[in-house]
Amino acid sequence: MEQSPTSWGRYPQSHAARIVDAAWAHDVDLSRYQSVIAYGLGRSYGDVCLNDGGTVLRMHRCDRILSFDRQTGVLRAESGLSIADLLRIVVPHGWFVAVTPGTKFVTLGGAVANDIHGKNHHRVGTFGRHVRSLGLRRSDGHEHRCSLTENQELFQATIGGMGLTGVITWVEIALIPIASRQIEQESLKARSLGELIRLTDESDDEWDYTVSWIDVMQRGASLGRGLVLRGRFHEQVDGTLSGPWKGPLLRVPVQGPSWLLSPLTIKAFNAVWYNRQLSRMSRTNMDLETFFYPLDGVERWNLLYGQRGMMQYQCVVPSEGGEDTMRRILSTMQGGGISSFLAVLKKFGTLTSPGIMSFPRPGLTLTLDMPITGRRMFDALDQCDRIVHGVGGRVYPAKDARVPAAMFRAMYADVIDRFEASIDPAMSSSFWRRVTSSTKAIS
Amino acid sequence: MKSLSVVVIGATSGIAQPVARAYASRGATLFLVARNAEALSTTASDLLARGASRVETMLADVQDSVRHDEIVRAAKGTCGSIDVVLIAHGVLRNQQEIDHDVEEMLRLFEVNATSVLSLAQRFGLAMESQGTGTIAVITSVAGGRGRRSLYTYGASKAAVSHFLAGMRGRYKPLGINVLDIRPGPVDTPMLAGRPQPLIATADTVARDIVKAIDRGWWLLYTPWYWRFVMAVVRLIPERIMMRLKF
Repeated sequence: MEQSPTSWGRYPQSHAARIVDAAWAHDVDLSRYQSVIAYGLGRSYGDVCLNDGGTVLRMHRCDRILSFDRQTGVLRAESGLSIADLLRIVVPHGWFVAVTPGTKFVTLGGAVANDIHGKNHHRVGTFGRHVRSLGLRRSDGHEHRCSLTENQELFQATIGGMGLTGVITWVEIALIPIASRQIEQESLKARSLGELIRLTDESDDEWDYTVSWIDVMQRGASLGRGLVLRGRFHEQVDGTLSGPWKGPLLRVPVQGPSWLLSPLTIKAFNAVWYNRQLSRMSRTNMDLETFFYPLDGVERWNLLYGQRGMMQYQCVVPSEGGEDTMRRILSTMQGGGISSFLAVLKKFGTLTSPGIMSFPRPGLTLTLDMPITGRRMFDALDQCDRIVHGVGGRVYPAKDARVPAAMFRAMYADVIDRFEASIDPAMSSSFWRRVTSSTKAIS
Repeated sequence: MKSLSVVVIGATSGIAQPVARAYASRGATLFLVARNAEALSTTASDLLARGASRVETMLADVQDSVRHDEIVRAAKGTCGSIDVVLIAHGVLRNQQEIDHDVEEMLRLFEVNATSVLSLAQRFGLAMESQGTGTIAVITSVAGGRGRRSLYTYGASKAAVSHFLAGMRGRYKPLGINVLDIRPGPVDTPMLAGRPQPLIATADTVARDIVKAIDRGWWLLYTPWYWRFVMAVVRLIPERIMMRLKF
């Protein structure tokens, strides 16, 4: 028996009744399935890519480039193409993806289905804004060509649509030009959350890429201290574009023991990381791989979280009162014994996505990785949901494995009915069944 | 300088594609033959985007042996002098699946063996005056020993291996290398729904193939450990072999 596909958090456990590898995107035939979800490289954290008891259609073999115009930077490819593979082809010609997540091991299909965002959201918005058109195979047997001018509703439902509107067969994207692979990065130390948010605001005006790492183990005045990282591509041609790509430096061979990433070790790590930089500001030049994909050097790092797996919590809240909301969320997490060594704060800009279910909204977004511990942790996250929902915010499905159904529907109340009308009857996922199972209302 | 010219028969197959990509990234001229039009044109555009300097395609079914000369002529027309021809097409059936369908059993032999002999021979003749080049053919470790679960497939691959051994002697003095590629199970659509131990990725196998062609090897087991596995398998006495279930 083949091993069932997992998500990056390795939680929840899931067993697909059938695992099918699509060989060619044009051959996908949905009439064979009753309940199916397309699966790329399994980098979403929770259960959007899982289908317990149903069919998982793996798309990683469908990775052909259908066209690439080196003059205009328009690329069309089958949906299973990874950003890693894409970059090897386009970077030497002076192009880069307009939006990249923190790992290059995601497929184009996954990038669309989750409408991913990156450190430059304040400049260019989400991935979906750079999708010119896409192919969508539906259970009616047809491949629908979707764009802002053709099958517009289906296009908008598919961007951020979690794979539920059909199987994305190909994607056409607009790339952005770059002159160099080198990034100029500045790292600024912030002693408090307030200072960190202020530095972020200042940086966003001048820098294309900004993100902050925060030490979530601090309390009181130091709560939310951290490092604001800002970067931009060198604008001078320096001959680095055709440089070599790094393979993984390390591969985590086996699942780690549960104490490895425990509150104690995480607290120690955070303190070391914060204090490693002595000066208030440090400036470095680095390759784009080091800047965008620091964790890709360690293959399968998610195994370090051990048997129980890990989870990520990502929410967005309005900028107004954002600092206070963040403080409440972080304190709630601390109260629940949640520890995290990858806590990231970012400000989303005002550019809107075409995606109906697209997660980003203008405001502050907080992302935390956490080992799965127990009841207290889940209770604290439920409490965080209430804080987030209370200020009009929401959580990100691509990271989620636990939000209660009624809460999810409340957070997406303004768009969910419109989205549901475009769901294909053959498509389903563990996530979707989970968040649509209950009708209990949220007050 | 003329770019490398590579002919791939069965160009849409799971192993052929990563091999063709490796040559595309070196800026090669590629001539591709396959029988599925959409898959073939998708493969061609992929190789162009990945750096091939030119890609030509020909739609043909290898069972249609009257077209073999046409394939060779068209390949010569595109490539001029052919640096590499990779014959990669094939089908896999367990003996059990074809045991009661002798026609289907013979068809498998025709696809995996007869058509390969015909193409290899014709390409050999077309290339003999070049004084250089490689004829590379994908066979299988299954050709190393007859066994009850896979004997038609194994025999088809063994036939090709024997043929290549003879061809090698004929073409070596002419400067043409004949390479017999024997992969173990590879994670490709051909093996879909057939879980296997020791399965290798197509990328690993493709890397080995390109290396073997570059270095002028005449026999390749890929991944490498199959050389040793097969050395042991060949030593098993027939008295015992006939009792084994695999």
